Amino acid sequence: MTALATTPREQVRPRRRPGRPQWLPATAFYTVCGLLALLFVAPLAWLVVSSFKTGAEFAQTPPTLLPTEPSLENYQRLLDAGLGRNVLNSALVTAGTVVAATALAVLAGYGFARFRFRFQGLLFLVVLSTLMIPFQSIVPSLYVILDDLNLTNSLLGLVLVYTVFALPFGIFTMRAAFAAVPAAVEEAAIVDGAGSLSLLWRVLVPIVAPGVATVALYSFFTAWNEFLAALIFTTRQEQYTLPVVLANLQTGAGGTLNWGVLETGAVFAAVPCIAIFLILQRYYVAGLTGGAVKG
Amino acid sequence: MALSVSAGTRRRRGPQARRQRLGLLFVLPAVLLVLGIFVLPVIVTGVMSFYDWSLLGDRTFVGLSNYERLAGDVQFWQSLGFTTLYTVIVTAALLVVGFALALAVRNRRRGVGLLRTAYVMPVVIGFATASYLTLWLLDDRIGIVPDLLRRVGLVDGNVSVFSDFSSALTVVVVLVVWKTVGLTMLLLMSGMQAISKDFYEAAQVDGARPARMFRSITLPLLRPTIGLVLILTVIGSYLAFDQFFILTQGGPDNRTIPVVYLIYRAGFIDFNLGYSAAMSIGLMVILLILTSIQLLIVRTREDS
Repeated sequence: MTALATTPREQVRPRRRPGRPQWLPATAFYTVCGLLALLFVAPLAWLVVSSFKTGAEFAQTPPTLLPTEPSLENYQRLLDAGLGRNVLNSALVTAGTVVAATALAVLAGYGFARFRFRFQGLLFLVVLSTLMIPFQSIVPSLYVILDDLNLTNSLLGLVLVYTVFALPFGIFTMRAAFAAVPAAVEEAAIVDGAGSLSLLWRVLVPIVAPGVATVALYSFFTAWNEFLAALIFTTRQEQYTLPVVLANLQTGAGGTLNWGVLETGAVFAAVPCIAIFLILQRYYVAGLTGGAVKG
Repeated sequence: MALSVSAGTRRRRGPQARRQRLGLLFVLPAVLLVLGIFVLPVIVTGVMSFYDWSLLGDRTFVGLSNYERLAGDVQFWQSLGFTTLYTVIVTAALLVVGFALALAVRNRRRGVGLLRTAYVMPVVIGFATASYLTLWLLDDRIGIVPDLLRRVGLVDGNVSVFSDFSSALTVVVVLVVWKTVGLTMLLLMSGMQAISKDFYEAAQVDGARPARMFRSITLPLLRPTIGLVLILTVIGSYLAFDQFFILTQGGPDNRTIPVVYLIYRAGFIDFNLGYSAAMSIGLMVILLILTSIQLLIVRTREDS
């Protein structure tokens, strides 16, 4: 960031570009925006760095800036406390959700974009309804239904719920992506005798791959970060996902609060999201702006 | 939200009619899942709200008595009032900060990509994760923020932010803005970028200053985007849960309990699913009304 802040003023002479605050000198711009950026990133970075302190150093008053003797103690204790199981739960639920939501969204997006069939409008309305009514307001009955199906305390139950969370956005995105593919591509493949599924898989999916990536990415964030449903639909620690087991840790179920373990758990919760975002942010932004432009 | 029907409205006749029916097969898995895990629960919530329905299994039909209780439930109305206050503050803060950030990073400029990435980064972590992080940063004994405040001399003695209503609310608002403003920024930014440069060039020829251009070009043409941001933010704030559950735990004196938290407590702490369902229906109705009002405002303004 400091390199950006020292950009010579001369370089950004007020060019006649419309809309830019020309009165703002570049140095001031980069200083203010750079410091702001630090405010957004530093807490996360410091969380990660601090997780390598020893347990005692993590909980000491006043806090130290950097680990004086880097250690994996917090990670070791996290595993000893059995939290590896919960990290694994989160990973399994997320993987299941990403696969299910992406597959169903691709199929449904294709169906809605490329076919005309009876009740199409009505069925699309059903998908749409999930946007009008928040999931948080159906929690009591969803619990009863899942319980009847023996899907509480079950990772499969969470996968089903999260898949439904991710579907409306996924179906919109995929429908738009398929609609943008020229009809000629599809017709040529039909003439060549391709069956419907192989046409979809071999010809169309490679073309709409960016849309697929966007849907997978959003499903990932949904499943990995979700808290309320996991809190309610699981009641045994061995089925908790990572965010929920940390709440349990925080309320001190096992005696006094171990800060090092709690915050190292937060590192496990945050770092995969940040890493994936940094790698695939192009698709993240594409998903947003697609929605915004058409809104 | 993105509902405009896409361009692919093509009609097919004759031999391809059979193929068209395949479309139903493609959408069926997704639709069935939504029916089972979403539409059915919505209906069942309605039914449950007329029952005295315990989490442990007992259920008796009680007619409207859950709703009668709801109408006179001071805690529900307090919670609704608090949720509304929180929503107003968060929405205003997000719009102001989001606008400022969007204006700063909308144009191509060296390093601007890095800045955008930095501002959006907290968006992708969970509210729960962000809350655990906040808990640590603000802890009176080991947190960096109380430590800094003491060193600067702003406070001495204990810093317990969650024992006071306004400081607890402030902390949550700051956390929410930090975590979500990147999203507001991206939405507003892409709306700004969609405005044709011709408007600004014409205004510049007429000698308009930047402030005037912002007021007369950017703001009016951004109305649909602002509408979208408002709807997303208002709904998101009315549904707040994680940050209150983890940070304030409803306190001090049960004054920071958003509606979803109350629904959770009624159903899964007090085991009263029937009453919890009645509250859920109340929340559903409120959100539908709010969304409709906002859509109406956005639409009529577009028309005029």
